[in-house]
Amino acid sequence: MNDLVSFRAEVRHWLEQNCPEEMRKPFATEADICWGGRHCVFQSEAQQQWLRNMTSKGWTAPTWPVEYGGGGLDRAEAKVLQEELQRINARLALYSFGISMIGPAILKYASEELKRQHLPAIVRAEIRWVQGYSEPNAGSDLASLQAGLVDHGDHYLLNGSKIWTSYGDKGDWMFCLVRSDSDGPKHGGISLVLFDMATPGVSTKTIRLISGKSPFAETFFDDVRVEKNQLVGELNGGWTVAKYLLTHEREMIGESGLGQAGTRALSDIAREIVGLEHGRLADPVLRREIAQLELDEKGLALTLERARDEARAGASLGASSAMFKYIGTEMNKRRQELLMSVNGLQALDWSGPESSDGLLPKTWLRSRGNSIEGGTSEIQLNIVAKHLLGLPG
Amino acid sequence: MALILTEEQSMLQESAREFLQKKAPVKHLRSLRDQGSESGFDAAIWQEMSAMGWPAMIIPEAYDGLGFGYTGMGLVLQETGRSLTPSPLFSSGLVAASAFELLANEKQKSDYLPKIASGTTIVSLAWDESNRYQPFAINTTAEADGSGYHLNGQKLAVIDGMGATHFLVSARVEGEADLSLFVLEANQTGLTRSASRALDTHVFANLRLENIVVDAAARLGAQSYSEGELSRVLDIARIGQCAELLGVARETFERTMAYLRERKQFGVPIGSFQALQHRAAMLYSELEMCKSMVLNALQQLDAGQQDLAELASCCKAKLSEIAMRATAEGIQMHGGIGMTDEFEIGFFYKRARILETLLGDRHYHLDRFALQRGY
Repeated sequence: MNDLVSFRAEVRHWLEQNCPEEMRKPFATEADICWGGRHCVFQSEAQQQWLRNMTSKGWTAPTWPVEYGGGGLDRAEAKVLQEELQRINARLALYSFGISMIGPAILKYASEELKRQHLPAIVRAEIRWVQGYSEPNAGSDLASLQAGLVDHGDHYLLNGSKIWTSYGDKGDWMFCLVRSDSDGPKHGGISLVLFDMATPGVSTKTIRLISGKSPFAETFFDDVRVEKNQLVGELNGGWTVAKYLLTHEREMIGESGLGQAGTRALSDIAREIVGLEHGRLADPVLRREIAQLELDEKGLALTLERARDEARAGASLGASSAMFKYIGTEMNKRRQELLMSVNGLQALDWSGPESSDGLLPKTWLRSRGNSIEGGTSEIQLNIVAKHLLGLPG
Repeated sequence: MALILTEEQSMLQESAREFLQKKAPVKHLRSLRDQGSESGFDAAIWQEMSAMGWPAMIIPEAYDGLGFGYTGMGLVLQETGRSLTPSPLFSSGLVAASAFELLANEKQKSDYLPKIASGTTIVSLAWDESNRYQPFAINTTAEADGSGYHLNGQKLAVIDGMGATHFLVSARVEGEADLSLFVLEANQTGLTRSASRALDTHVFANLRLENIVVDAAARLGAQSYSEGELSRVLDIARIGQCAELLGVARETFERTMAYLRERKQFGVPIGSFQALQHRAAMLYSELEMCKSMVLNALQQLDAGQQDLAELASCCKAKLSEIAMRATAEGIQMHGGIGMTDEFEIGFFYKRARILETLLGDRHYHLDRFALQRGY
């Protein structure tokens, strides 16, 4: 316990010295988010400095082992770090699918060689990873994917396509689920491979969403060379890794229901815009919905906390991540709907400095995707019913 | 504090479950109802609960209590929610004990707390006066008279009131803005009580207070208390209700899931239908949130959290909503058998409604939650 107290003091002191002032406030626009990678363009000196300081401690991946570049913290220490970052409203120094998704899978399933090759580069934000999972004919039924991997002597060749690749046009490397065996049960013929997006034969095309933004891309593979050592897990054993990785993805998306650190409470915004009458929000119907949402947000926050405490005590999150993904994304959609209601006409503005280029309606529209990407709400409910409630398939 | 139970707490919960499922399961409640039990609970079962120290749970050791805390009490209440066992554990062991502990003077504490702890004295809070919940619209008066008071008024829906030995009555001393609490004996001259059978087999009492003469020592803490101070007692009671609601809801849900796995129609278990699976999974998610909220609230009580209003109203609004939904779904998913008196699921629905309504329903608490947050 005392160790934690002194660790906290140490962290606090370090952050005082190393977190630039400009990095201690919420993101103003999406452009403020730092993704790292080969083509990273920093928005400011402070952003670059902040990332460099955090990577120097390995604190972009606080719990990863030091030998792979991580921070080497245990869960209790990582929680302290998290709390101290929140305390000063520090921005996340790095958004990274490397850290949240493929990294944990590499740690658990990949060869020592791959760990040494990939993990330190992820921690240092040198490589930006993208995910190749869904295909045009493999959405909710992911295991029916067809992008084919064939043995070509000392390497493999990959042909096919992926869709809904988040930031696919900006990625440096892809972790990709492929069909390596077409005979037998479909789950048993899938492998997870890694390759450089600069490999000849890889091309991407962005997809414009209702929000006007293009966070996803289609990715095409035409005789793409994949090295044989770039398999994560066994050949044809990719489904297990894929499921493990999806658990991380769901958990991450689930937490997004709580809003970003530093964003204002919905009721504060409503109080300002709608006003109070006799101490109550002037619109009683809207007030009711806001109160209901704030109750639920409290419930989700406490449940995430409980899940972490249980995990620390040795329980595994497993299928609960499906529940968190479902609750979190549905809650975020409710929040965005209410923000639109609260803001009235202001919320309809699509461009111009008054509305930060339509940030509000674009965020609202983007939130519709939350309960689709990473597995639809309906798929999450299927998982809960089957794996947590033991209902028959 | 980590949101998990200690080993000691888990053991307490397990032993409570074992006792209640064996000695006082739902059919015990049914037989009390069918016999037209006068108090609504069984004295022998209450004695056994008392022997296990349940009413002593939150009472400090200095007053012959166990000092095991609110989390422990909440876990036992969850189990009484699962078995629907009627007893004065909530009214006397949690609510009255908290009121004495928070508001009584030293003499009153040492007079009453040990007897509440042993279960020999059963104290019920007599508070509400109107059908609509307005805890601070109290018309019962206490008129100073020499060294004591004259009490006049009426009280409704006093929980376990027909079996209580004492009442804690809220009243306004003439000339004072704030309310006071008075301890009355059930057989006090001028006090008449009549039974009011509630829809879940609880027996409430309606009280008439006519020129009841009490001496000054009957006034808790010998003073009046602000709304905030009195609300603390009510908020502890509400969190206790939430624990019980959680037990009611989870038991109903588990029974319903078992039914979905067993019951066959169209040649398959009905639990294989996605329409039911999704409703079940949504409810499960809500119940997980309820579980976290209740555990957090109980732990906050044990940690001495001073500001209970938002915490209690948040919890009561959510638990009421979800317990009503879980029990209503319990009936619906059981189909025809779910609507029969012979089957037990309906008892849970009834208990949920009682717990929801007493001490403010979900509408009341959602409104109060918003007010606490400044809107």
